[in-house]
Amino acid sequence: MADAAQSPQLIHYKIMSRIQTTLGALQQQNRQALIPFITAGDPRPGITVELMHALVKGGADVIELGVPFSDPMADGPVIQRASERALKHNVSLKNVLEMVAEFRQTDDKTPVVLMGYANPVERWGYESFAAAAHSAGVDGVLTVDMPPEEAEDLARIFKANQIDPIFLLAPTTPVSRIQAVNKLAAGYAYYVSLKGVTGASHLDVSNVAERIAVIKQHLTVPVGVGFGIRDAETARSVAQIADAVVIGSRLVQEVEAGEEGLADRLTAFLSGVRAAIDTARA
Amino acid sequence: MNDFLRYQQPDLKGHFGQFGGLYVAETLMPALEELRVEYEKAKADPAFQAEFNYELAHYVGRPSPIYHARRWSEALGGAQIYLKREDLNHTGAHKVNNTIGQALLARRMGKKRVIAETGAGQHGVATATVAARYGLECVVYMGAEDVKRQSPNVFRMKLLGATVVPVESGSKTLKDAMNEAMRDWVTNVDSTYYIIGTCAGPHPYPMLVRDFQCVIGEEAKVQMDEMLGRQPDFVVACVGGGSNAIGIFHPYIPVPDVRLIGVEAGGDGVETGRHAAPLTANVGTGVLHGNRMYLMQDENGQVADTHSISAGLDYPGVGPEHCYLKDIHRAEYVAATDQQAIEAFHELSRFEGIIPALESSHALAHAKKLAPTLPKDKVILVNLSGRGDKDIPTMARLAGIEL
Repeated sequence: MADAAQSPQLIHYKIMSRIQTTLGALQQQNRQALIPFITAGDPRPGITVELMHALVKGGADVIELGVPFSDPMADGPVIQRASERALKHNVSLKNVLEMVAEFRQTDDKTPVVLMGYANPVERWGYESFAAAAHSAGVDGVLTVDMPPEEAEDLARIFKANQIDPIFLLAPTTPVSRIQAVNKLAAGYAYYVSLKGVTGASHLDVSNVAERIAVIKQHLTVPVGVGFGIRDAETARSVAQIADAVVIGSRLVQEVEAGEEGLADRLTAFLSGVRAAIDTARA
Repeated sequence: MNDFLRYQQPDLKGHFGQFGGLYVAETLMPALEELRVEYEKAKADPAFQAEFNYELAHYVGRPSPIYHARRWSEALGGAQIYLKREDLNHTGAHKVNNTIGQALLARRMGKKRVIAETGAGQHGVATATVAARYGLECVVYMGAEDVKRQSPNVFRMKLLGATVVPVESGSKTLKDAMNEAMRDWVTNVDSTYYIIGTCAGPHPYPMLVRDFQCVIGEEAKVQMDEMLGRQPDFVVACVGGGSNAIGIFHPYIPVPDVRLIGVEAGGDGVETGRHAAPLTANVGTGVLHGNRMYLMQDENGQVADTHSISAGLDYPGVGPEHCYLKDIHRAEYVAATDQQAIEAFHELSRFEGIIPALESSHALAHAKKLAPTLPKDKVILVNLSGRGDKDIPTMARLAGIEL
């Protein structure tokens, strides 16, 4: 049998994942990544791939795709409702992979990260989910309710399947935990800019800057910042201190406003944010 | 040789075998670690234990008596049924044992605000009560569906000075109340202590809730010995999340020849799919509310809707220690349907002059089934976890009576 280290796939992984390639190239240009989030299947499954392309057109570097879950404990009302809309269409983790596979038919460059809760992955089984996600073209998975203490097996299996395990860091995270995350994380880490659920609106940029400085001392992967970024101006100030800016609830509100002109509205909103980010360190 | 003599769970990371653990978003991890450390200190602190015991004696009215339900046993024509009278506690259920313990922890940790989730309202009332007792701000999350079916308890909480927040998301029952409490906690983690009401949730909750509830079983062991000179043959308790059951079971785990039976909410019948009986229905394992447990869910891992006449048992999962006790065959789990619980509710009321909570009526329903199959010298100890005052509107509605 082939030694794992000899496997061509693993060698490829060690060279560069799609996320590492993208974020690495941006870093070389002293630019920051824009990472929009939408919930897969919201408001209906048929539109998701079109919206993903619209996000890329608006300047997305990585797409975070929310996996709908019946009990989204870490999410505020906006993303809870998005999950509920998708679940009305019974959107499953398997359906989400189908959407990613369809997206990959015309976009082989933009990394896609799934963001969701542990139970659908538990139900599927770590090994076979990781294999299916990789073949669908998924590049990273963030399992919100799986801290490093419980994630060792999952992170190892993800990495073996060329999927970057993405972890959260919070304002409450002490240095010892940043180090624990650093042992398992690949791709990037996601700094939750405030104590709260998604969609809250009280981000304090100077506070975030202090925390990012500490995190950077102990973390080898790039750091994205999310939670509470609602407009181009906030995105710009966050881009001055972080490697990537994540925008979720604000985009989901656009989806909630109705399907009419939705793809164009998402592109337009994101283009504004993109322009602001690109002047962040000019 | 008794395999269970050296039973000691959970492990240092909060695992009961494959169950339990710490499945929460990063923001809460440091708070849970702080709680674990503080609880270990409190547990070893004689002053903390003395205050806890004082409160149980003078505020709750412990020890709760054990009562021989003679007429009902006679009518059933078999084993003798004894009741551990948690319904006689201050606030009317076992829940207050735990809320006192956790409120003392909150005070020790300097938290001025407590939050809780509640299903039937018993845990909400017990939390609002101790919040008033210790001068803490209190917010209780309750599914909008449960607010409707448990209106007396909603008003009780308000009388005690708590804010009751109806939760409109999801199935609008206990699990959704717990989601919303978690969201509050993640937002107010510095100022707030989350008093979880059952032996589920992220470590250390299943352990500390169990420890505070173990007073039930510890007392029962002494009382049974005093009354009968022996221990019961069966200990029967209802199981939703499982806190009253673990409280009476746990001290009996190392005691040989005592069968432990947990009774889940069978709803319309386990075979109909409309129930809240994950252990009886042999569902798969899953992760919800911070821990791994047996969990009712669909094939895609979405948490299933549950059904029970009893709001307090209407929960898709079950505490991790019960999952473990099932797997190691130290406890058995069965279900009683809504209808069987209602019958037991009426029988205890008529034969013994005790109106039981609908939750506890599930345990009584199993005792009613079991007793006639046993000789008269066998003893069944039922944990009568709460009184039925709060269920009077529900029972009246079933009888078509407008109160």
